[in-house]
Amino acid sequence: MSLAKITSVKGRGVYVAGNDIDTDRIIPARFMKCVTFDGLGEFLFYDVRKHSDGSDKPHPLNEARFKGASILLSGANFGCGSSREHAPQAIQKYGFRAVIAEGFAEIFFGNCTTLGIPCLVARREDIARIAEAVDARPDLELELDLLAREIRFGGQRVNVTIRETDRDALINGRWDAIGELLDGRGAVAETAKKLPYLAA
Amino acid sequence: MAKSLFQKVWDAHNVRTLANGQTQLLIGTHLIHEVTSPQAFGMVRDLGLKVAMPHRTFATVDHIVPTDQFAEPFADPLADAMIKELRRNCAEFGITFFDRATGKQGIVHIVGPEQGITQPGTTIACGDSHTSTHGAFGAIAFGIGTTQIRDVLATQTMALGKLKVRRINVNGRLRPGVYAKDVILHIIRVLGVNGGTGYAYEYGGEVFDRFTMEERMTVCNMSIEGGARAGYVNPDETTYAYLKGRPYSPKGAAWDEAVARWRGFASDAGCTYDDVVTMDAAAIAPTVTWGINPGQGISINEKVPDPSKASGDEKSSIEEALAYMKLTPGAAIKGTKIDVAFMGSCTNGRLSDFQEVARYLKGRRVAPGVKAIAVPGSQGVGILCAELGIDRVFRDAGFEWREAGCSMCLAMNPDKLVGDQLCASSSNRNFKGRQGSPTGRTILMSPLMVAAAAVTGSVADAREVFSVSAT
Repeated sequence: MSLAKITSVKGRGVYVAGNDIDTDRIIPARFMKCVTFDGLGEFLFYDVRKHSDGSDKPHPLNEARFKGASILLSGANFGCGSSREHAPQAIQKYGFRAVIAEGFAEIFFGNCTTLGIPCLVARREDIARIAEAVDARPDLELELDLLAREIRFGGQRVNVTIRETDRDALINGRWDAIGELLDGRGAVAETAKKLPYLAA
Repeated sequence: MAKSLFQKVWDAHNVRTLANGQTQLLIGTHLIHEVTSPQAFGMVRDLGLKVAMPHRTFATVDHIVPTDQFAEPFADPLADAMIKELRRNCAEFGITFFDRATGKQGIVHIVGPEQGITQPGTTIACGDSHTSTHGAFGAIAFGIGTTQIRDVLATQTMALGKLKVRRINVNGRLRPGVYAKDVILHIIRVLGVNGGTGYAYEYGGEVFDRFTMEERMTVCNMSIEGGARAGYVNPDETTYAYLKGRPYSPKGAAWDEAVARWRGFASDAGCTYDDVVTMDAAAIAPTVTWGINPGQGISINEKVPDPSKASGDEKSSIEEALAYMKLTPGAAIKGTKIDVAFMGSCTNGRLSDFQEVARYLKGRRVAPGVKAIAVPGSQGVGILCAELGIDRVFRDAGFEWREAGCSMCLAMNPDKLVGDQLCASSSNRNFKGRQGSPTGRTILMSPLMVAAAAVTGSVADAREVFSVSAT
């Protein structure tokens, strides 16, 4: 299975402020009543974007000037709570290709890597700078460079970090591990033999 | 060299190192449910693969099942489609399904231990973040996403980076009226909702040594709310006594061999941890949340924080939480009127939770205007409660006694808050909208505190309401 080598992501940004944004907020549980991930994009952040009658609440994703943004910016501990992959799926299907935050909850982070969505950690003041630049010029192009571990925008650059195993997986096109895991079948059988509780 | 349980279990299940440096980790037990598995089965089919170890894969249905209706089809066609899809997948791939007709159905994290499937020294994965519950047995248990469910279905392994281990000691004795739920709410309050990022939590100390398995499960269950990917307690005599005679526990000579093996997995004396935190049990009070994440907790006699006395991020997060919760800055939490009382979930939906509440609820009545529902975590729990007359105590008090499921913890079934109702809840998450209404409000607390709120109609100190004293 050949996967894209994700070394950079270019696109416009949008800043969704707040810390501890949980996966229930990213995709409320009632939208998980489905047997495919199709169509989840339209329910991204639904309850903070929409009133109960379906009309818009004030939210960055509802602003016309941020339509088409493909890089999501947020605060600390983004994606905490439920392990639902519906959250990164909704983010991806909405059109986002990368997320930049002060920090990520671990299961969410891993789920994103597996879908080829880089989650980059930046310092708070740097996120504020990017958010400010994006707010002033929503059409500003951000360039996330996973090789140089930096984000470039409007002549500025800020450093980002990402767990090395995940960076490696993204830049070398092995972020979906299934092929490699299947290749290990022989070794799996050997390990399983030593564990009595796995006997059929 | 002295090793922690985490290290030993990791080593025993380490298949090999992958190209990116992660470990291909063998997952001995795979638990699945109807919400996060259908897409994974679809991916397995699309790739032309099979389930690698169907005999180590166990399914149940919990999130979407109505708790007031047993007959199918369900009124909600989406829920009905999901249970049928799981049935189809289990039949096609030869997976044991604890369906409703078996009498063994329930919340996946209650069914695994109840059946004796959850065992020490094993690895467990499930597409559900509360999989950390199973760590109570000295297993290393991970909540995973759907693509990883595919990986585990197809290979019985997943790619994972090794975690650090933080030992959390809780020493001394808990005061009367203080429960396992208060211990974990206190730990999260102290260490933060992301304090556990990168860690597995090893819980120990005198309080955990004395805890029953069900109490250990309550604490391990909420490890994820503290940001920890896994949480566990070392196995001991309490663990083995719980497991003995359960349907999937080893029998006869195999039992003795298994216990000997399990003992060997416990952390060695003198092993090193990446971090150690020690807390005093006597300092823990009945704890309730006031905000919109499980770390925003206070003891029942404290006041709701006042944002004007905070600054920066803390100030804005208090403001956001209080605006959502419609609570007054600096006011007492005690006395806050509630609309709904929810007793259940994978955190506090086990026999001992209902048993403890029933001791005090006898002869009391749910306050007028409060909707109170009690939802056993599994059909097994429901059966035991019926045998012991516990369901009767709840019903007589004015609780609705329901069928097993996740119910109002995340409200994927018909059990939902309406509008901005405030719920006293024994569940695990107080996120915005968590209990089914986009403006619904949740206060997390122990089961006995839920009962105290139910009978008084407001957030109350169960020790006062029920005259709890040392037993």
